[in-house]
Amino acid sequence: MENLEKIVGDALQQFSRIDDATGLEQAKARFLGKAGALTNLLKGLGKLPADERRDAGSRINAAKDRLEAALAQRRDALAQVQLDARLAEEALDVTLPGRGAGRGRLHPLTRTQDRIEAIFRSIGFDIADGPEIETDWNNFTALNNPENHPARSMQDTFYVENKDADGRPLLLRTHTSPMQVRYARMWVEQFRHAAKVPPIKVIAPGRTYRVDSDATHSPMFHQVEGLWIDEDVSFADLKGVYTDFLRRFFETEELEVRFRPSFFPFTEPSAEIDMAFGAGPNKGQWLEISGAGQVHPTVIRNFGLDPEKYIGFAFGSGIERLAMLRYGIHDLRLFYDGDLRFLQQFA
Amino acid sequence: MKFSELWLRSFVDPAMSTAELAHALTMAGLEVESLTPAAAPCSGVVVGEILEVARHPNADRLSLCKVNVGEPAPLSIVCGAPNVVAGMRVPCARIGARLTGPEGKAFEIKRSSLRGVESQGMLCSAKELGIDDDHSGILPLAADASIGRDVREVLQLDDTVFTLKLTPNRADCLSLLGVAREVAAITGAAFNAPAFAPVAAKSDARHPVKISAADGCGRFTGRVIRNVDAAAPVPEWMKQRLARAGQRSISALVDVTNYVMLELGRPLHVYDLDKLQGGIDVRFGRKGEQVKLLNEQTVEVDEGVLCISDSSGPIGLAGIMGGDSTKAETDSRNIYLESAFFFPDAIAGRTRRYNFTSDAAHRFERGVDFANNVAGIERATELILAICGGEPGPTVDDVARLPEWKPVHVRSARAARILGIDVSDAEIAAIFSRLGLASAKTADGFDVTPPSYRFDIAIEEDLIEEIARIHGYERIPANQPHARAAMSAQREGVRPLMRVKEAVAARDYQEVVNFSFVEAAWEHDFCGNDAPVRLLNPISSQLSVMRSGLAGSLVANVRYNLNRKQDRVRTFEIGRVFCDDASVADGPLTVAGIAQPLKLGGIAYGPAYPEQWGSPERKVDFYDVKGDIESLLAPAKARFEPTAHPALHPGRAARVLIDEKPIGWLGELHPRWQQKYELPQAPILFELDLDALLASPMPVCREVSKFPPVIRDLAVVVDEAVPAQALLEAMQSAGPAVVQQLRLFDLYRGKGVAAGKKSLAFRVVMQDTSKTLTDLETEAAMAQLLQLLDQRFGAKLRT
Repeated sequence: MENLEKIVGDALQQFSRIDDATGLEQAKARFLGKAGALTNLLKGLGKLPADERRDAGSRINAAKDRLEAALAQRRDALAQVQLDARLAEEALDVTLPGRGAGRGRLHPLTRTQDRIEAIFRSIGFDIADGPEIETDWNNFTALNNPENHPARSMQDTFYVENKDADGRPLLLRTHTSPMQVRYARMWVEQFRHAAKVPPIKVIAPGRTYRVDSDATHSPMFHQVEGLWIDEDVSFADLKGVYTDFLRRFFETEELEVRFRPSFFPFTEPSAEIDMAFGAGPNKGQWLEISGAGQVHPTVIRNFGLDPEKYIGFAFGSGIERLAMLRYGIHDLRLFYDGDLRFLQQFA
Repeated sequence: MKFSELWLRSFVDPAMSTAELAHALTMAGLEVESLTPAAAPCSGVVVGEILEVARHPNADRLSLCKVNVGEPAPLSIVCGAPNVVAGMRVPCARIGARLTGPEGKAFEIKRSSLRGVESQGMLCSAKELGIDDDHSGILPLAADASIGRDVREVLQLDDTVFTLKLTPNRADCLSLLGVAREVAAITGAAFNAPAFAPVAAKSDARHPVKISAADGCGRFTGRVIRNVDAAAPVPEWMKQRLARAGQRSISALVDVTNYVMLELGRPLHVYDLDKLQGGIDVRFGRKGEQVKLLNEQTVEVDEGVLCISDSSGPIGLAGIMGGDSTKAETDSRNIYLESAFFFPDAIAGRTRRYNFTSDAAHRFERGVDFANNVAGIERATELILAICGGEPGPTVDDVARLPEWKPVHVRSARAARILGIDVSDAEIAAIFSRLGLASAKTADGFDVTPPSYRFDIAIEEDLIEEIARIHGYERIPANQPHARAAMSAQREGVRPLMRVKEAVAARDYQEVVNFSFVEAAWEHDFCGNDAPVRLLNPISSQLSVMRSGLAGSLVANVRYNLNRKQDRVRTFEIGRVFCDDASVADGPLTVAGIAQPLKLGGIAYGPAYPEQWGSPERKVDFYDVKGDIESLLAPAKARFEPTAHPALHPGRAARVLIDEKPIGWLGELHPRWQQKYELPQAPILFELDLDALLASPMPVCREVSKFPPVIRDLAVVVDEAVPAQALLEAMQSAGPAVVQQLRLFDLYRGKGVAAGKKSLAFRVVMQDTSKTLTDLETEAAMAQLLQLLDQRFGAKLRT
């Protein structure tokens, strides 16, 4: 039995020297296998006298437990080394660019229009869209702008070869105002049998066209029309709503808004709306931003409503103008060139 | 409307600076578009008299002038202008004078030597004084200009030119008198209305006038003046006021009529009396008649055009432009002055028809005061006599029918409701009085009779606007309205447009906005449309027809960006397209005869993916874009079938269908167009109905099977011509019920597959909702699928 300590000592020493799993298992066999040194000692127990057998047995078993524990520890250590080596080998250059498809962007006018829609939707406005080739009636006459009226020359109109039922040439809408008429008439029709027509609250963004092309005019551009009709919507309300809109749109309270008298056939009183930033490159400079006014009684009548009962305001603003001021765009033509280098700046 | 501030202030002179006056006008609705100094800054420039002009000893083109500037010794000045003569009075910049150079920079006149001769100053042209661009010679001053006086005073250079952007309703402000009236109303300053005394007749000369068209011509005032000197020089003060109003001086008679038009807003016309053939008749034109106008243009008239005529036929377009045959010229001796009133309806729109305009037409179609015809004649007579001499006959005033302004009623309560503020009756009365609107108080408001020069006051709102304007828009509060908090939910079955745009952008397409009008060739090439909706008045031939498809614009986007060194271009646009369509009727959102649907169009050009290190570059192809479309349309499942499309490669074009309904197309650009439009590679294009993308059916939930799926592969060999979709659809519609999913996962041609054949491999997922499938059941299902494909397409199991 004096061998026991030596055997354990040898085993522990061998285990710790081996650095591969196969070698470790072979070493295990040498000590704990069928013909292993420790196994042989166990086999020799029977030859011992009965009084020594019990004590020797428990010492050998304790030694065996020690070796088993040492083996397990060594196995874990070897596995860890192997894993560490594999992990080191598998390491990536995490700074390499990511892979896969790219991503397109939305047009700055879409961004702007979406923002306008969200602001007006937040106070219960509906959004409407309609035809761009229009009838003379919807674009002019219904809006109190009869043929030959000098106000027509305020807007140079594109006409197409096609004609309407009255033989007048159809035209490209010169403003989004025809959508006032179309939307209001649909609305009034819907509530034909009601005692009171609920408030009409709508904005109508879209493409518009005028015969004009230079550095500051595009033959196609975008407007947003706004209309709020009820029994008591006043010019003071127009001032409040539009001022609030501009401050929300530009996200600043440092913005002055002024209304000054103007003329549009479809509103009266009519106003031109100017704004001035309180900070930034355009600070203090009055910028024309919108036309607006109380809807003309003739137009209210063309909606199918009684102007004695229903009043309200309308406005029409250029979306390009808002986008240019918002994003610092200086050239109108950039919107329509399709230049990726310009467009990709707008996430 | 352009005018000199000094001229305006001769009628009304409020105690305000130029800028304050401009602001007040703008805020009252007479927008001041620009304020321009009458001349650039200068100092030390005085009136000089040229005493003698001698040749410069060393230069042929220079002269040596002795100039008297009111000091004992005349100045010696070298001058290069061709028009200097002894006795002339000229602007003389003395040593130390400051002028403004070409780039707006100030410079000082210094003692200098020109070709060896000392020059003690500079004689100035109009350009050098910053008045206008005339640099042809020294600016001649009036012969009586007082020597030594500052030219800024003599030429009234400390003046500002106002340019107003007048709205069409305010024709009454198309004159100095009108603007002055308005300034008085806005500011409360006194209005010095000019009084023009009648000029007594010196003869009984008259010219007969007949108004045949009283619905066109309400009043015709005329006067004969004999023995005028039409070649007489126009006085400098008149030239100067005209110049600052943007009118070039032409001749005494023309200048006088322009001057009176600017001063009183009263258009006049001068005839050469000796060229008139018989009496004047104001009548509508007759078909076939023609008249040659002052602008040399010959126009045809008809029953819709009001004419001035004599026995020779039409001799002018009433209220628009006089005729060439009767025009007064500098050798005319006897003239006839016309001061008429024409109804706006009889004039409006006519100039647009003839494609020109005139100051008279601009005024008449908006409305001209019908009470100042006589005043206009008297004022013109006074000026003509002063400049050209002559013997006037009596003023003859024929009145046929004048507009009758009915009183307009305005209710104070209605004004308060529309404006959102209370304006007291006292203030309203004061506003009307300041504006010269005759008003009478009634129980609930006022009855207002507009003056003869206001053509814009016919209904209650017109007066409410006047109340708001003079009260001040700025004094109306900005009110945040109270409104019903009614909810409005978006419909779940309709995808918001913004979400569609975001989805397309997420597939790596950049949104663009292209013009709706394109060149006709694009319609032919990309839409096969030789009858597009054409513009009657396009701005250029490149923008002459309305597009019926988006492809042409998208190809242009690729070309534009390729030219700017972008090798990968993927764009999309959502926009309306326009086609003749007789089936479209007028409706709430439609216009008869033209379909205007919204479309989504896209184009992909260049590498399938952005250049990157981790995967080899590959050109985008049909199936990449097809994948984009399938993704955009999901959850709807589209079918794709071969089609012919003018824009596309015939073998690489597909129609997109949902529920058997065509909703668009995709394909590779036809090689013919690739060549014509100079694209190194063929792009893939698509166009879809936006409605199909907006539809978003409500999801319906189905039970998920608890039993495990069985997955088997089926590889078959078929003829090359058999489309893959046919096999898939046959298995889906006629295969066993346990087949839940089918996916094509491999396509193979080559070794082991006969020529003209292809191998297609499908992954089949089978599952039952009520039990686990047995091997026997799955084998039977697979055999059934194979048999089905064999029967329908001659498909054989690939071995």
